[in-house]
Amino acid sequence: MTGKNKENYNENYINYVKSISVKTNEKRTLFRAFWVGGLICVIGQSLRLLLEKVFFITGDELAGYVSMILIFIGSFLTGLGVYDRIGKYAGGGSIVPITGFANSVVSPAMEFKSEGFIYGLAAKMFTIAGPIIVFGVASSVVVGLVYYFIYWVF
Amino acid sequence: MSDIILIFVKAFVFGGLICVIAQLLINFTKITSGKILVYFMLSGVLLESVGLYQYFVDFAGAGATVPICGFGYLLAKGAKEGAKKGLFDAITGGITSASMGITAAIVFGCLFAFIFSVRSKKN
Repeated sequence: MTGKNKENYNENYINYVKSISVKTNEKRTLFRAFWVGGLICVIGQSLRLLLEKVFFITGDELAGYVSMILIFIGSFLTGLGVYDRIGKYAGGGSIVPITGFANSVVSPAMEFKSEGFIYGLAAKMFTIAGPIIVFGVASSVVVGLVYYFIYWVF
Repeated sequence: MSDIILIFVKAFVFGGLICVIAQLLINFTKITSGKILVYFMLSGVLLESVGLYQYFVDFAGAGATVPICGFGYLLAKGAKEGAKKGLFDAITGGITSASMGITAAIVFGCLFAFIFSVRSKKN
C-alpha cells in the first residue's frame, strides 16, 4: 500500500488538500525573492566597498571579511527571531545568500540546545550546513587533484 | 559616481536572479531548501572549476559572491591556486580559502545559539 502505488492511493486526499489550501501567488514569491536576495547582495557590495576604500583590504581577505560580517548579521538576526520572518516573506531570497547558510547553522543549534551542548547544540548545528561542507570540501579536493595532475603530469 | 551606482545595480540584479532561480525550484519542484543550498554550492564549484564563475564575480561583485554559489566558487578557486604550488596545497587549498566562512559560521553559531533561545512562536 505504501511504496509504488502511494501517489494514486493518495490522489483524492491530495486533491482535497489542494482545494482547501491557500494558493501561493507565484509571481509575488518570485518578486519577493528577487528584491530581498538582491538587497542582501547590495549590503554585501557596500561592505566590500567600505572595507576596500576605508580599511584597504583586498583580494581573498576582502571576500572572507565580507562573508564573516554577513554570517554575523545572519546569525544575530536568527537569534533574535527576525530572520525566520524574513524567510517567511522572501523564501528563496533568504535561503540562497550566505546569511541563509548562517541561519541554517544557528536555528537548529538553538532549537536543540535543550538536548545538551554536545549532542544537542553542537551536533544538530550541522544538520543542513554539514552536507554543504562535506560536498564542498570533497569536490574542492577533486578539483584540486585534477588541476594538480593537469599542471604537473602533462 | 555613476560607476558605483552601476556596481550596486549589477550586484542587485545578479544576486536577485540567483534567488529567483532558487524560488522557481521551490515553487515548481519538490526540492527542499537544504538540497537547494547543496546544489547551488556544487554548481559554484563546477562553474569555477572550468573557470566560468570568475567572470560572474568580475561582473557582479557581491551579487555573485554573497549567494551560496560564491562559497563553492571560493572552494574551487582555492583548490585551483593550490594545485599550482604542489600536491599538499592542491588538497588543502579549497578549505583554506573557504575557512573564514566555515569558522565564522561555527563561532557565531555557537555564540548566538548559546545566548538566544527559541521563543514561543507568535503568528
